[in-house]
Amino acid sequence: MKTTMSTLPGKAAIAGIGATEFSKRSGRTELRLAVEAVRAALADAGLTASDVDGLVTFTMDTNSEIAVARELGIPRLSFFSRINFGGGAACATVQQAAMAVATGIAEVVVCYRAFNERSGHRFGRVSAAAAAAPTSNGIDASWSYPMGLGTPAADVAMFARRYQHVYGATSEDFGRVAVAGRRHAAVNPNAWFHGKPITLEDHQTSRWVVEPLHLLDCCQESDGGVALVVTSAQRAKDLPHPPAVIAAAAQGSGPDQFVMTSYYRDDLLGLPEMRIVGDQLWAQSGLRPGDIATAVLYDHFTPFVLVQLEELGFCGPGEAREFIAGGAIEMGGRLPVNTHGGQLGEAYIHGMNGIAEAVRQIRGTSCNQVGGPVLVTAGTGVPTSGLIVTGPGID
Amino acid sequence: MNSIEAEAGRLKALGESEPRLARDPVNEPMINNWVEALGDRNPAYPKFAPPAMVQVWTMYGLNGVRDADDPLGAMSKVLDAAGFTSVVATNCEQTYHRYLRPGEQLAVTTRLSDVVGPKRTALGEGWFVTTVSTWYVDDEPVAEMMFRVLKFRPPEPSGSVLRPLVNQDTEFFWQGTAKRELRIQRCPDCRRLRHPPGPFCPVCGSATPEYVLASGRGSIFSYVVHHHPPIPGKRLPVVIALVELEEGVRMLGELPDVPPDEVWIGQEVVVDWSRVDSELTLPVWRARHD
Repeated sequence: MKTTMSTLPGKAAIAGIGATEFSKRSGRTELRLAVEAVRAALADAGLTASDVDGLVTFTMDTNSEIAVARELGIPRLSFFSRINFGGGAACATVQQAAMAVATGIAEVVVCYRAFNERSGHRFGRVSAAAAAAPTSNGIDASWSYPMGLGTPAADVAMFARRYQHVYGATSEDFGRVAVAGRRHAAVNPNAWFHGKPITLEDHQTSRWVVEPLHLLDCCQESDGGVALVVTSAQRAKDLPHPPAVIAAAAQGSGPDQFVMTSYYRDDLLGLPEMRIVGDQLWAQSGLRPGDIATAVLYDHFTPFVLVQLEELGFCGPGEAREFIAGGAIEMGGRLPVNTHGGQLGEAYIHGMNGIAEAVRQIRGTSCNQVGGPVLVTAGTGVPTSGLIVTGPGID
Repeated sequence: MNSIEAEAGRLKALGESEPRLARDPVNEPMINNWVEALGDRNPAYPKFAPPAMVQVWTMYGLNGVRDADDPLGAMSKVLDAAGFTSVVATNCEQTYHRYLRPGEQLAVTTRLSDVVGPKRTALGEGWFVTTVSTWYVDDEPVAEMMFRVLKFRPPEPSGSVLRPLVNQDTEFFWQGTAKRELRIQRCPDCRRLRHPPGPFCPVCGSATPEYVLASGRGSIFSYVVHHHPPIPGKRLPVVIALVELEEGVRMLGELPDVPPDEVWIGQEVVVDWSRVDSELTLPVWRARHD
């Protein structure tokens, strides 16, 4: 691996988090959700709109930076940026913000993501627009959509079947991820599935969506918005909450990379793009997997949680099922995962709600409190990103 | 009792159809062709006929017309009229009482044994139709067959198949499918095969890719059974496979004829073609039984 000394670690911190309620029908526009989330995050950070000079979001977000800035009355923006590849953008929005802050390009950057993903455009459906996009992605999609493979669940199921075949993982092994997520969500009042844990039997008897994935292997679809305020670690020290210092932030794309259909690599067992992210996170932070107290692993579908544990080095290839079966990802385990309930249990806000949970872990305010350092990942099966956040004591 | 059950009862009561004579007596040339095609080197043939050939002797031939009193034909018409227009054979059990010898003249009769339904199946709602055929030499029964089909109502696909986006880098592939050719991109310099294709060779940088014709044979590398949500132009559930071609590249495609619980990783498949319309033909995959 190419190792370049990064000057990013420790320079920036997440000083504010904000969110709307998580629902199935927000009853208001995506722009309103975005602005509500940003306002909440600024209030949490003890800052105002006029402090903000940067905005970052996903290319998929429908709310333009200028529209958000107008509604908030932000008088002056000197930095705005967007990240591609769906949920893979989540942690990279924070990386963009941190790089802008670390280089002095901006002082206060807000990352946001807001959508009516349940009551409006649903990502779980077959997207004729994605299949016909007049871009290289549209050409890529022509090798899957016309062939009948056209939903994210189906894309992951193809991978999951091969993973089962080679490593002997079972549907129950996937199900334990959902059971853990829902158990964590059950005590989180902001979670859609607050008070609604599930059993492995519930998972096994839930209907097929795309075999080998049951309904309860798939995250929810949600309406809502999340925003994160990034500023310099120095400035964050003077703000109301303990800063969540960005100890590492990375993006990754692997060999022969496709969006959700990287089926043409030698094997179909790993997420090399996530390994590329992980390698950078360890190099930047100087931490090792054994140092991580809790992780927020992107859980749009359960199988990739197993693969992430392997690619990030928490266990060996093919060993995640034993790691999970031993209770490691639950409270009290070696590595509690998705303590907010994840996208399976809390809400699907394209990974951004998981970053907010990492901040709560650093602040000590999670419903399932563990502490730091916290590793967070973004969308899987796509070019992706990751973060490690720590308390202010670790440089 | 509904009209399907009433008609089934009437056809069952008719009992055996009139004996239908085989077109030719049991004969050595046909036996030789059969054992050669199947690679059966048993030295007892062609002095005797392989028992499993029994159905062969009474086949209708290319231009044959089913007998009016054939109960499977009659029952199928009833079910077709009720909308159960698709058919798949589900069971076939044959019993042989003795070997047949060249020169023997066979006749076959068929009776309707059972019509059970409507049943919800993975293919759609349908009726299982079971017939029993008996082969005779003169008055001696020499073999029997229980044969069961599922006559089902094909679920309606929603919308039309999503069409591929085609550009100058990829048009060779789709021009190939229109001619029922499976084309794989090949680098003229380093000979590397590649799918999906692109404008350059990612290994050696060559900018003038060409293509080769695939044999069309491969095996299933992975697969899914899609139940939900709807896919434009597809009847659900549908099996979609990632096929590894024997040339080494992988390709996605539907497996239209294999029931979901009979698909497995490593299963050998061969390409076939699904013509969507005059401008689009898609490769699909069928199980290979050779």
